[in-house]
This record gives sequence, C-alpha cells and structure tokens, in this order.
Amino acid sequence: MSEKTIERPTTDEAALAKEIEAEEKAAARQASLLKDGWADLRKRPMFIVTGFVIVVLLALAIAPSLFTARSPFSDGFCQLQNSMNGPSSGHLFGFDVQGCDIYTRTVYGTRNSIVVGVLTTIVTTLIGGLLGMLAGLVGGWVDAVLSRITEVFSALPLIVGGLLIMSIWGGGDVWSVAFIMAILGWPQVFRIMRGEVIANKYNDYVMAARALGAGSGRIAFRHILPNTLAPVIVITTMNLGVYIAAEAALSYLGIGIQYPNISWGLMISDAQDRFLTSPHALLFPAGALSLTVLAFIMLGDVVRDAFDPKTR
Amino acid sequence: MGRYVVRRLLQVIPVVIGVTFIIFCLVFALPGDPIQALAGDKRADPNIAAILRDHYHLNEPLYQQYWHYISGVFTGDLGETYNGRSISDIVAQRFPVTLKLGLTSFAIEAVIGILAGIMSALKKGKFIDNVVLVATLVLISIPVFVLGSVLQLEAGVNLKITPVAGIEKGWPQSYILPAIVLASTSMAYIARLVRTSLTESIRADYVRTAVAKGLPRRRVIGLHAMRNSLIPVVTFLGFDLGALMGGAIITERVFNMPGIGGQLAQSVYLRERPVVVGLVTLLVLIYLAANLVVDLMYAVLDPRIRYE
Repeated sequence: MSEKTIERPTTDEAALAKEIEAEEKAAARQASLLKDGWADLRKRPMFIVTGFVIVVLLALAIAPSLFTARSPFSDGFCQLQNSMNGPSSGHLFGFDVQGCDIYTRTVYGTRNSIVVGVLTTIVTTLIGGLLGMLAGLVGGWVDAVLSRITEVFSALPLIVGGLLIMSIWGGGDVWSVAFIMAILGWPQVFRIMRGEVIANKYNDYVMAARALGAGSGRIAFRHILPNTLAPVIVITTMNLGVYIAAEAALSYLGIGIQYPNISWGLMISDAQDRFLTSPHALLFPAGALSLTVLAFIMLGDVVRDAFDPKTR
Repeated sequence: MGRYVVRRLLQVIPVVIGVTFIIFCLVFALPGDPIQALAGDKRADPNIAAILRDHYHLNEPLYQQYWHYISGVFTGDLGETYNGRSISDIVAQRFPVTLKLGLTSFAIEAVIGILAGIMSALKKGKFIDNVVLVATLVLISIPVFVLGSVLQLEAGVNLKITPVAGIEKGWPQSYILPAIVLASTSMAYIARLVRTSLTESIRADYVRTAVAKGLPRRRVIGLHAMRNSLIPVVTFLGFDLGALMGGAIITERVFNMPGIGGQLAQSVYLRERPVVVGLVTLLVLIYLAANLVVDLMYAVLDPRIRYE
C-alpha cells in the first residue's frame, strides 16, 4: 500500500517530464526556421568569403594600428614634399595633396564608415520595421497617422534633408551623421514593411492561425514577420552599403564627417580636383569604399537566400 | 475610387503643413543674420537693416512668419530672395533642368531595372542572372560621385561621346550621361527587387494553378506573377522619385548643371532662407504627388487591398 502511494507521484513526475520534453521539442521545431537558416548559411561558400572580408573590415575598424606602423595623428605624419606622389615601396597607396600616406589614412578611415553604416541601419530597421508592421497590421487610423508622419519625414530626401539639418547642427562627427541619416532613412523600411504586411495579412495561413486562436502578437511575429522578412532584409542589408556610401556622399559635399576626422568620402572629395593628373589619390579610398559596400551587399544576398522560407 | 482620391487629397494637406513647418523651423534656426550677411564684412546700416527686417517680417514671431510663407505658397507665390528676386523666377529658370534630368533618369531606372530583374528571375542561376547580379553589385558598390567622375573622364574627355559638363547641347546629349549616373544605384535596386519578388511569385500556388490551367507562359508571368511582384517595386519607385531630386545635387555638381540641386546647396551655404524653403517645398509637393500615385497604383495592382 505504502509503496503505491510513493509510486504515484513518481509516475506523475515522469509524465510531467515527458510533457516538458514535448514542449521543448515543439519549441525547437518553432525555432528551426532560424536554425535551419543558420545551418544553410554556414554551408555557403559565398558566406565564408564575404564573412572573411567583413571580419577583416571589422578588425581594421577596431584595431587599425595592427595594420599599419604609422599613425595619422602623429607629428610629422604628413610631409608636404611628398604631395601627390604615387605609390612606392613602403607607401603602397602613395600620398595625398597634403603629403599624407593614403594607405594609413584609408586604414584609419574604416572605423567611421563601418560605424555610420551599422548604426544607421540598426536604428532605421528597428524604427521603420516596427512602425511599418504596426501600420500594416492595425490599419485604420493608426495606419493613417503613421503613414502621414512617415510622409512628413520621407518628404525630405536623404541628401537634401542632410544638407539642411547638417548646415544647422553642423555634421562633423560619426554620431551626428548617423543620427541625421537615421532620422531621414527609416521611412523607406517603413514603406516596404507596411506594403509587405498588407500584401500578406489576408493570406490563408494568417486566417488559419487566427481561426486556431492565435493572438495578434503571435500572428504578427510568428506568421507574418517571417514571410515579410525577405524584402526587408534585402533592403536593409543593401542599405548598410548605401548608408556607408551616403556618408561618403555627404562628406563629399563638405557637410558630413569633417576634419580632423578621417572619412573615405572626404578623401575622395579632396582627390577629385586632381583626378586627371593623380588618379591614385581618388582610386584607393574609392576602392576601399566600394569593397566595403560590396561585402555588405553580398552578405545581405546570402543571408536572404538562406533565411527566406519561400526560396527554400 | 473617386471618393478614395478625394479623401487621399484631403489627407495630403496636414502633411504639407507639417513638413513645410518642419523645414521652415529648421531653416529659421540657421545660424547667422541674413541682413548682416547682405552687407558682407561691413556693418549693416541700422536704418536700412530695420526697413529690410520689417519688409521680410523678420521681427515678427515664428508662427506669423510661417503664416506669411504658407499663405503665399498656396497662392502660387514662393516669396523672394533678400536681393528682391522672385523665387518663382528662380524655379522657372532652374527647374526644367532638374526635371529633365530627373525624368530621364527615372525612365532609365524603371525600364532597364524592371527588364533586367525579369530576365534575371526567369533565368535564375543561368548566365544572364549572374551578369545582372554582378552588374547590379558593381553599380551599387561604386559611389555616384566616383562613377560620375570616371564616366565624365572616359565618355566626355577621352572618347568624346558626350559633352563633358554643362547643358549647352540640350536634351538628350547633355542629359544622357548625368541621367545614367543618377539612375545607376536605383536601377540596380529595382532590378534586384524585381528579381527577388518575381522569384517568390513564380513559386506561389496561384502561378502553379495558372500553369496547370494551361495558360501561356507569357500570360502567367506577365499578368499573374508580375502583378504581385510589382507591389514592392511601385513602393520603391514612388519613394525613389524624392531621392532622385536629392541625388540631383551630387550629379548636378559633378556635371556642373544649372538645376535646382546646385541652387539649393548654394542657398543653404548663403543662408538664403526663403530660397531654401521655397525650393524644398516644391520638392516636397512633387514627392507627395508621387506618393498619391503609388497609393492609387496599390489599388489597381492588388484588389485584395480594400479601401473603405
């Protein structure tokens, strides 16, 4: 008798353990979309290549001093007698108009470009993605208000708005440039996300989920979000490169990052006037810029191919 | 549909007021005294300065200045510069250049971008797909001002196919190269967007159904698949018209074209508030019109989207 009463709770415990195990399995199955994507991603050679380039760029951004013996901030870094000299041994990229070593300046310029690109992309994707989803899902007056606010912000084109705001606040450093570009950039993500959500929300699988009693949050994040991610990922990862390029463009117009900060756009702008006689001063920073943009865009491509449930 | 258009037009009004007020406030906050700037390094004559300040309402509170400006805009008067020149004149003189540049570029990016995207999606993994992918990667990766300078050097100076700069040759000779440069990034974007969304549409059930019904391939792709694939593309095209106007600043600078973009940069530099406000307002109105067209296109492209 007494043995039975002891046994009972243990069977309950076993049942409970089984239940927990089953729940965990279900959770694992739900998470498999991301896990599968990651497994798929690791197998792609293009991911290894772009991943390697990006790791190198990140290393350049974090510790530029590992890649060059010189420092652009040290005394005597620029020697005017070297002005516009072409590439030579020890100075692979040659010198700019001030006689500064272009290789060292290009290496040290990596950080600003990467930080501006990553920061702007994160902020725009978060703001634009969340608001776009909200507008698309809720519809009605929420959509109307959010869309009007978006229109107000997106009615200022990136360069025009940047020109206007930076001439008042004075751009100058990485943080202000990223902040201003994020303010002007999020409407694009918003519009793509909203369009996708509206195109998806009347689909049968959403109806089915709703019929099964799924809540709004669950429908939004488990059902609609995975199906809208592909175009948003395409746009945001391509944007990463575009924001890096836009920073260069604003610096090129003389209102983005300014001296003494180093920016590839500023270097290109300085080299432009003498492009006909000494193309090296423009081509090396332009090459670094293009390579960085290229790496991030290709990363976006492989990530999309791996994660989009529709292309698998 | 008619009611929707009217309602949408009414919704545009608060946006116009909101954005013009933001622009106005931003420009109002520009550091420096415009009347003193007129006098250059000398001290401005206090009497004349007072008359000028009075004339341009500079002594009145911000909201009254805004009222003078916005009521002028709605009666077709964009104000005048501190030199007494009408801004509408400046617009009349400069805008055709930017408009021609923008529309040429818009046509190039829409036509080439969509065609390249369709070809790429239909031949996914084949040679033409790889060509489009590599070409779009190159176009997106190279900054516009670098591409502009290099093309200017190659096509204008070395090969002498197109004029190097300026607009003396008129449309299309003087505009074609700047338009290609201006369109390059967006063209690549559109090609990739069409490729992504058309690839998705082709795998969708309704396309399989259409194929199973025995419809010709041309009709399945052209009508069934393209119609849904175009939704994100139309969104992008509408957005991009505004971006093109901004991109024109860089392109106009590289190719030395006397358009709105160059004027805008110069006016911000010279702190000519009324000109900046007038020109940006104009760009905003164009952009909002494009937005309206995008929203109407949604209804045409996707009947599932219901408007009350």
